[in-house]
Amino acid sequence: MALTNEIIKNRLNEKFGEQLTEWEEQYGLLTCTMPAAANLKVLQFLYDDEQLRFRFMTDLAGVHYPDRKGEELCVVYHLHNMADGIRIRLKTYVPVAKPDVFTATQLFAAANWMERETYDFYGINFVGHPDLRRILNVDEMDYFPMRKEYALEDPTRTDKDDEMFGRGGTIV
Amino acid sequence: MSEQNQNIQLAEESLGKQTTTLNLGPTHPATHGIFENILEIDGERVLSAKQTVGYIHRAFEKIAERRPYYQVTPLTDRLNYCSAPINNMGWHMTIEKLLGLKLPKRVEYMRVLVMELARITDHLICNSVVAVDTGALTGFTYVFQWRELVYEIYEEICGSRLTTNIGRVGGFERNFSEAAWRKINEFIEGFPKVMNEFETLLTRNRIFMDRCIGAGPISAERALNYGFTGPNLRAAGVDYDVRVSEPYSSYEDFDFKIPTGTTGDVYDRYLVRNLEIWESLSIVKQAVAKIAQIEKEDPSQKDVFYAKESDKYHLPAKQDVYTKMEALIYHFKMVMGEIDVLPGEVYHAVEGGNGELGFYLISDGGRCAYRLHFRRPCFIYYQAFPEIIKDGLLSDAIIALSSLNVIAGELDA
Repeated sequence: MALTNEIIKNRLNEKFGEQLTEWEEQYGLLTCTMPAAANLKVLQFLYDDEQLRFRFMTDLAGVHYPDRKGEELCVVYHLHNMADGIRIRLKTYVPVAKPDVFTATQLFAAANWMERETYDFYGINFVGHPDLRRILNVDEMDYFPMRKEYALEDPTRTDKDDEMFGRGGTIV
Repeated sequence: MSEQNQNIQLAEESLGKQTTTLNLGPTHPATHGIFENILEIDGERVLSAKQTVGYIHRAFEKIAERRPYYQVTPLTDRLNYCSAPINNMGWHMTIEKLLGLKLPKRVEYMRVLVMELARITDHLICNSVVAVDTGALTGFTYVFQWRELVYEIYEEICGSRLTTNIGRVGGFERNFSEAAWRKINEFIEGFPKVMNEFETLLTRNRIFMDRCIGAGPISAERALNYGFTGPNLRAAGVDYDVRVSEPYSSYEDFDFKIPTGTTGDVYDRYLVRNLEIWESLSIVKQAVAKIAQIEKEDPSQKDVFYAKESDKYHLPAKQDVYTKMEALIYHFKMVMGEIDVLPGEVYHAVEGGNGELGFYLISDGGRCAYRLHFRRPCFIYYQAFPEIIKDGLLSDAIIALSSLNVIAGELDA
């Protein structure tokens, strides 16, 4: 029987119960949120389980939500079960003050650089990563440029005022 | 003499060691791009490698958070610039998926046609560069004339050649011209002959085979663990192709094979790419035939080159902008980035020249992306480079790099 979102959801609920929250299915892609402390357990379970077999890491990305107090930074995993042709998206939120997430490098060699990239741009600390250094930016950089507090254009500029176009001030 | 000797200061740790540290790159003529590798070699044998990436990092993801959607298209050009149309269309399809737009069949086939031409040029560059790195310059000169013709086709369709910015959300900016169709047919007719010649030069060439077989291999298991996709994964023996596993743009209507290799070495990668070129050519032919069929059944379809429902997101024709109020307003609103997109989260993947090119887009309903992440196949599989070249010769490392088809633009985004 082909694997469906319903089966995956039930299987994960059986195993982790209340720990997984915010279930969504936008555009057919099953999404849920896991606590940062259990992220590796969930990934490991998805990898090992004979039925689920999510053994390919497609993507790992960071997102910054400055308005979600206490869980400002988000790590998004996209996993893929190639045999059944199904994907899953997992998110984990961490506070910007202590952005610790366990590394997935033991499971997926592919996670190595993707985690370095996420660290480089968002400052997420992947605990246990073998070589957590900046990757695309210069080593001397002392901030994490993709965070929302760093506006792309100088906010003090007046010659490109967005209000002229009905947008109400500078968009950060 | 003795004074000069005293001025040479060797690093303390290098005095006692028996191996050599070699800086390959950042701009080495044999690496075709900005790649720096610090190799530790023993004679000609590579013991370890350390890559440095980021030399041409341009912060596309940050820039994309400030730009309206259609202005992101030129950024995607500059990822894998050997097959820019695939990136452009992948991005447009991501927005269409977010908006829930359905495109007319003719438009989808036109897209497939252009994307497969792009795949052919991408693989041509890779394979002819592998040949150049093994010392065979001739094949390169044969096929590049035909790459030039493909670039002329792009030029007829969208006006530019390398960084194409081709198409719009919902289809194309204009219909294919007579000249474009003529050149497409010219390509379909003339290219197989040259491709055959190219293969005759290399595929069973003893010297080429001796250089490539066994160089830079990777097993299927390691390749999957490293997140390989595209021809490099298929050369290792895994038949994963986004065009088949999650068909987009009506790929399900086409009949084609997924070539695979077994050992994942340079030679297998070369063979897989060559076979894919033939499959792509067959898809191009099928697309031309399907479009002709649609036009035969319903001649009014000849003018369909974008989805009517995408009007809000599709720049109106220039002559309308000058003569009609509506069109002028829409043009202005779009160019000023006043068109909001629905909130939502979407991941869309296309089969790029190098593998699964993914777009992870989070929209908060505003005029530009809240977050846009490019899943760049190069960046992910280039990690495996030290493992691939370990214990091989230095010259194998060079051809392994070119046969992986690492494109600096895609690597660094």
